[in-house]
Formats: sequence, C-alpha cells, structure tokens
Amino acid sequence: MTELTDLSLADARRALLNKEVSAVDLAKAQIAAIEQARALNAFIKETPEVALAMAADSDARIARGEAGPLEGVPLGIKDLYCTAGVQTTAASHILEGFTPAYESTVSANLWRDGAVMLGKLNLDEFAMGSSNETSYFGPVISPWRRVGSDAALVPGGSSGGSAAAVAARLCFGATATDTGGSIRQPAAFTGTVGIKPTYGRCSRWGIVAFASSLDQAGPIARTVRDAAILLRSMAGHDPKDTTSVDLPVPDYEAAVGRSIKGMKIGIPKEYRLDGMPAEIESLWSQGVEWLKAAGATIVDISLPHTRYALPAYYIVAPAEASSNLARYDGVRFGLRVPGKDIADMYESTRAAGFGKEVRRRILIGTYVLSAGYYDAYYVRAQKIRTLIKGDFESAFAAGVDAILTPATPSAAFGVGEKGSADPVEMYLNDIFTVTVNMAGLPGIAVPAGTSSEGLPLGLQLIGRAFDEETLFAAAEVIEQSAPKVSLPARWWA
Amino acid sequence: MNTHANPSKLIKGATGDWEVVIGMEIHAQVTSRSKLFSGASTTFGEEPNANVSLVDAAMPGMLPVINEECVAQAVRTGLGLEAKINLRSVFDRKNYFYPDLPQGYQISQYKSPIVGEGVVLVDVSPTEQIEVGIERLHLEQDAGKSLHDQSATDSFVDLNRSGVALMEIVSKPDMRSSDEARAYVSKLRTILRYIGSCDGNMEQGSLRADVNVSVRRPGGPLGTRCEIKNVNSIRFIGQAIEVEARRQIAILEDGGKIDQETRLFDPGRGETRSMRSKEEAHDYRYFPDPDLLPLEFDQGYVDRLAAELPELPDAKKARFIKDYGLPPYDAGVLVADKETADYFEAAVQHGDARRDAKLVANWITGDVAAFANSIGLSVAQTHIKPAQVAGIVDLISDGTISGKIAKDLLAIIVGEEKDGDPRAIVEARGMKQVTDAGAIAGAVDAIIAANPDKVAQAQAKPSMLGWFVGQVMKETGGKANPQAVNELLKAKLGI
Repeated sequence: MTELTDLSLADARRALLNKEVSAVDLAKAQIAAIEQARALNAFIKETPEVALAMAADSDARIARGEAGPLEGVPLGIKDLYCTAGVQTTAASHILEGFTPAYESTVSANLWRDGAVMLGKLNLDEFAMGSSNETSYFGPVISPWRRVGSDAALVPGGSSGGSAAAVAARLCFGATATDTGGSIRQPAAFTGTVGIKPTYGRCSRWGIVAFASSLDQAGPIARTVRDAAILLRSMAGHDPKDTTSVDLPVPDYEAAVGRSIKGMKIGIPKEYRLDGMPAEIESLWSQGVEWLKAAGATIVDISLPHTRYALPAYYIVAPAEASSNLARYDGVRFGLRVPGKDIADMYESTRAAGFGKEVRRRILIGTYVLSAGYYDAYYVRAQKIRTLIKGDFESAFAAGVDAILTPATPSAAFGVGEKGSADPVEMYLNDIFTVTVNMAGLPGIAVPAGTSSEGLPLGLQLIGRAFDEETLFAAAEVIEQSAPKVSLPARWWA
Repeated sequence: MNTHANPSKLIKGATGDWEVVIGMEIHAQVTSRSKLFSGASTTFGEEPNANVSLVDAAMPGMLPVINEECVAQAVRTGLGLEAKINLRSVFDRKNYFYPDLPQGYQISQYKSPIVGEGVVLVDVSPTEQIEVGIERLHLEQDAGKSLHDQSATDSFVDLNRSGVALMEIVSKPDMRSSDEARAYVSKLRTILRYIGSCDGNMEQGSLRADVNVSVRRPGGPLGTRCEIKNVNSIRFIGQAIEVEARRQIAILEDGGKIDQETRLFDPGRGETRSMRSKEEAHDYRYFPDPDLLPLEFDQGYVDRLAAELPELPDAKKARFIKDYGLPPYDAGVLVADKETADYFEAAVQHGDARRDAKLVANWITGDVAAFANSIGLSVAQTHIKPAQVAGIVDLISDGTISGKIAKDLLAIIVGEEKDGDPRAIVEARGMKQVTDAGAIAGAVDAIIAANPDKVAQAQAKPSMLGWFVGQVMKETGGKANPQAVNELLKAKLGI
C-alpha cells in the first residue's frame, strides 16, 4: 500500500486540491511518522498542534477555493530559521529555550503560500559541521544503512535533520541552509534533492547567521520538481535583507522537464581529485553520459583556483562567524552563566553555551581577523574568492550553461567515524561544494546512484547566477536517468 | 598644518617654551527620525529601552538596512566641510564585547569613509583666522548606555541610543591652543546646525569630542599624544587641553616620557586620568560588514544635495560684509548662529527702509544679546522682534532719540511694553530728544554761567567738552540731541 507520506510533494498537493485527502489527514500522517521516527533524532522540536491548526486553516482555504501554491503541504523547518512563538535553537545550548517573536522571511513566505509546519529540524550547531554530529541536541541518524549493516550513519550536515526527515518521509520537504555545502552534501548522503540558490535569491532575514556572505536558504526535497516548487515559494526580494536581489522569481517548476538539448555542460578537470574513489569517478562519468544522451554537449573546462577554495573558505566563514556569534553573550537572550564580573559572565556563558566545533571556528575567525594576521589571511582569502569567481565567470563566458561535478567525495560515513582526531578530515567533505558558495552561484545536488555499500551518491550541477532554471532542467535529466534506489525498510519505526 | 609656531600660543615651561598640538574626533549625532540601520525612533529622553527594534537588540537573524536620510546628512555635512565626497564607501565591523553593544560589534566605516579630506575656516579672534584640515567623516552606530546606579549588584542596559547614527568628524592635528580648539568646535557646530545634520546639543550628548593632545618644542617633531575621551562641552574641551598639556610638559621636563593612552577629563578635579594604555587597547578586528553592500551613489545625487544646501556660515559672512558693509568681526559674530543671522537680516530689511546695518548689528550683538544671555536664550528666542530693533535704530538714525534714550526704550520693551512699537512708546512717553536750538541754548547758557572755572579749563583743554555735554544732557533729562549740544557748546566756548 502506498502511504500518504510516500507521495511526492507535487502529488500530495494535487491530492489536496482534488480533495482526495484533507490537509489535516496529511498532517496527521506526518505527525505519526515523526513520532515513530524519534530514533533518527531529526527534529529538535515537533509542533503537532501548530501543524494541525495550520492544516485546518488550509482545509478551509481549499474549501473556499483560495488555496495557495503549497496549501496544506506539511514541511519541516531547519532550526536555524526563526519561527514566531516556536523555540529556535540553531542546535546550540546557548539558544536553548529561545523563542523568537518574529518569523523568518523565507518561512513566512512558505506559510503565505499555505504550507504547514511540522516542527524544527536538527542541524549541526550554528550550521557548523558536515555530519550533524555537532548538534547540542545529539546527532541525527540517517535512515540509510549500508547493505548488511546496522551501523548508524550520518545524514551529512549541517542540514542533516532536513535531509534525514525528507528521506525518511517525515515531511514532504524541508527548509535548509547552505554556507559551504550544508544543503547539497546531506542531500547527496540521503538520496534527496537539495538546491543552494544564487546568493541573494532568498532572504537571510530571520535566519540565524553563520557566515553572512556565504549563507543561503534553499530546500531539500525528494524530487527535483518538489525542490523547484519549494524554491519558488521561498525565493524573492526582501527589503529587510539588503543582500537579497530584486529580480522576479521564475516559475521553477516550469523548467522541470525542459529539454537540455544543445546545452553545454562543463566538466572541470580540477574536480578530479587524487585518490578519489572509483565509484565517485564512475558516477560522474555516468552523469556525463546521461546528459549527453539528452542532447547536451560536454566540454572539458578548467577552474584553476579550485584547490584554494577550501582553505580560503575556512578563513572567510570562521571570520564572519566569529563576529556574527558575538551577540550570544548572555546579556539579552538565551543562556546566561553568572560570573563575578561582566568578562567572567561572557566567558562562562560562551564556554558553556557553545560546543567544541563552534568554539574552534570562533577562535580561528578571531585569529584570522587579528591585527597583524588580517592581511595574511582574511585579505588573501578574499583575493582567492575573487579568483574563484573569475574562474566560473570565464567558464560561463565561454558558453558553458552548467557545470557537472560529484556532490561529495564519498558516500555517507558512520557516526563517530570522522573528524574526531583531525577536523580537516571532516572539512574535506565540502571540497566540491564550497567553491559554489565562494562564487555566490547556484548549485543543486541530485541523486545519481549508489555506492558499493548500497548508499546514495549524488551529482552536483553548478549554474550561472540566477539561472536556477537550467539546474532544475538538467538535474531532472539525471533524476530520470539514474536507477531508482529505494530506502531500506523502516528500521527506525 | 601650521609649520611655524606662533610665539603667542606657546606654553612657558621651566625649561623653555612648548607648543601644544591638538587634533579632534567629533562625534555628532545625525539628525534623523530613525536609526542608522533600523526603523526605531531616535527621540531623546524616552523611557529606557522604549526605542529599540529587533535589529538594535541584535536578535538572532536580524539584518541592518541603511537609512538613506543618514547618508544624505553625511553627504550634506561633507559638502559643508568643503570635503571630498566618496561615491563608494564601505561599512566595517568594529568588534568588541560590551553589554551596551548588543551585536558585539559596532558598524562603522574604517578604510573607506563616506567623506574624505576637507577644511574648516575658524575665527579664533576678531583678527585671527586659521584653517583646520578635516581628515575624514564617517558614519557609525552609537552604543547603548550601561546603568550602574540602579542596583547594588546588577548593571542595567538602556538601548535607546543603540544604533543611532553618528558622524565621526576627524580633524587633522592643526590646532595649537585651547582657544583654537574651542573655536574649531564652535565653528563646526555652527556648520552642522546650518546644514541641519546635527543639533549640536552637547548637554544631551549630540556632540561629543575626543581630543588628541601632544606637546613638542616649537618646530620640533610631534610628541606622543594622549586621547581625552568624550568631552561634552566646549568649556571642558578648553580646560582639558590646558591641564593635559601642562601634565605632559611636567612629565617631559622631569625627564619622563609620555605614554600613548586614552584618558578621561574630570572637570570636578580639573585633571585627566588614565583610562587604558596602548597595551590594553582592543584589537577591534575590523572587517567589511558582510550584511551590507558597499554604499554607492552617483555624482548627480551629490549635486542635488549640494543644490539644496542652505547658505553656509562662511558664505553668509562674506555676503554680510559685501552687502551690508559690516566689519568682518560683526559679520562673524552674527553668522555664528543662523537664527541670529536671520534676525539681523529681518531687522535690517524690516519695512521699506534700508537702515544702518552696522547700527542694527551693534544693537543685536550688544544690548539685545546681553538681555538674551541674561535669561539664557538666544537673540531670536527672546520676545523682542526684529521690527522693534529696526524701530529703535530708525528712531536713533532720524534723531528722534539719542543712543542713551534708546537704551531706556529697550528696557521698556524688555519689561513693561513687550509688544510695543518703539515709535509709539517714544511718543506716548515723551522721550523724544530736544533738537530745538532755543531750548538747548537755555541749558547751555545756564551751565556756562554757573561754571566759569570749567569754562577756562575747557578752553585750555578742549577734551573737557565732554563734561559740559554731560551736564547739559543731565539738565535736559537726556533728551537733548547730543550732536546739537556739542555744536552749540563748541560755538559758545569758542573751541
């Protein structure tokens, strides 16, 4: 029997509009699925009452013929988005119990269009991590398992809760954010679709900031079409975020299924890493063949500064984070640990409130901005950023429409397996994704196959600024060409 | 920069002369309805934390949005300082922890300010004008206020000021005395008030000065400077410079050296005290604020603002000199306050007649200003109307009353007849001066007859004439026309 929760977002929406199912029933089905899936730890806060109330409102609007584009569709919200009246933690102890009085622009856009909130999804603390293991509220466990193994796997990060919840059918889609790969890497690890739109496409207002010049909101969904539907609602200009761009939001769904015949797809040689697993290599080649078969032209391109992207990213992002996180000082909201004087209060609060990875990045960021080091680190990293942007601009200027790369250097790994001794081991997860944030471009991760252990693997498409439509079109070709991979039986229920 | 030390400005030390070198950073609160990056009100004196938006309180996920009026005010001010307007400037974050700084950083402009180099002409005395160079002007956020006196154990924070726009106006080290420094601040305040970009109210903290002071041997290399923070009156700026210069001279003359540090002026004790040394200075970790795009506008925008600027003090002064024939000093005094300058023009131009502008200026800057000062108001704020001043001047000019009677007339307008028409008062009270030669002659003859010894003296020494004039005036109750008295006395005494 096909359960309601197995529907795609597009199909659920159709069923709702055709009154085959009520929004309340759909919400109840998701609430039940969430309750059964607590072993995954995907949610920091479940909001069933909110969901049922919103669903009832949706049913009323559907009955009146006033349905919005997402009317009655239950979604999960990454707990980095401030939600009015609902605790927002950024998965950090320092914000535990913080309930904003305001709604982020992007989530407000979703509610405007009729979506229903199921709860707040787990993530790496302040979105800093690639495995969802840095959350104060515990790691998220991937619904995927290696063939023949019960070992707990990570869903990727930082949007691990979003990816796991979407993959496990706990919601029809989820909001996520991507600073260096936080949408695309967990999407690739969980066999879902995740798009990081162009910087400026979605408002950052009301989303807890990690690295302002890199952060961007985007959806994770089970299909390319679902991601396109969600992004259309999420995107748009916001006068409250001066880095958001005042451009019309296209009908992204209309791009899904559009032909890619004659499109030029670039294959950057610098993404072919030494020691890259053969299965990643062959996945990539397979993707090339699929796109070629759909009529695209494949061209080899060079993005010569790629290898500097990760180190530069780990200067820029912590620098901005060290400043963005200064406001968590125990004075106005969140955790306060009393001290003998103000400095002692700051130190005690921040020592107790921030986890190890967050503290590490604050320290790195503070260091690279310090007098005497600023030019050597921050200024150089910004120069590298300009060069990386230039690499992409040259490729696009030469007529390339999109660039195909692997999404991650490997499939998902085990909980506790990576990064405990050397954080760089964890940072390398973002090797294919950070360049896109550094250049402010859109990137989409789409499932393309499985690893030898039966785990999902994804490919990434990178597009021109504000040309998400091409990405949706090309990603759908891969989605349609790739073998269907089914999730293991609900071991968590 | 002045390269030659002016001997009259030097400070005498035990081992010789010293020259004090002063530069200033003025923080001027921008006149705007809302804050630099939020929509919260900037009204002064509200209940604590009444004017705080989510942005000002640095709630998670909040973003700054530039207030365009503050940008316009900074550009207008830059134009008033004859300064270079930078069409592209950048906001940076200045990072430090303090409870009244909710973001944990102040948004300021570090490497690329909105306004570059300019110059201010400063009248130090009726005969001395100096040029003070402007290094830059940038926009930044004000901090909130920590309240330590509300509880024995806790401090409280008032964020009403948090995020209010400030212009930091940095001068070059071009001042050489406390007089020059005070005159510079006065002039700057005048310019800001003319433009309307800052109300210049130092008591409310709308204008505060950080004063950099160093001393050196005349013509020698610059000494190590100390920065006296947050001085909030022009008088205190002068006092702070004097005591700080003497403190530094005493140290140097004892063979010591000056530590570069930040100091506070204590007006009660008349001394400066160390706040923090260079070693304790914060590392502010400035970097461009990634929440804000660079601030860019075109020359057309600047030109439009320039076209809308009011006449500024230097231009007005030049016009007063040219059009009204005022001496530069009088013109300078009048234009120091825009309302006073307007008052002057209204008085000169009142009615159809063009009257003696110098006489009008004398009355406004003299007796009327003295009255205004005595009740703590500016000239324009008093009940005395420009038309009344015009009336008084006209009565003097057409010989109806003497200058002395005019003072009595003003006293009547100040007191009993606040709205009175000067000519009507003179008529009603019989204050007209006597110009009838016959009436005056009687008094003159009587005085001459009664004082033969004085007559002899006056004939030997004509400056004695004044005594006779005084006696005649006394005799006539001050109403005699002094000119007529003078002439008649000269004739009768034969001098």
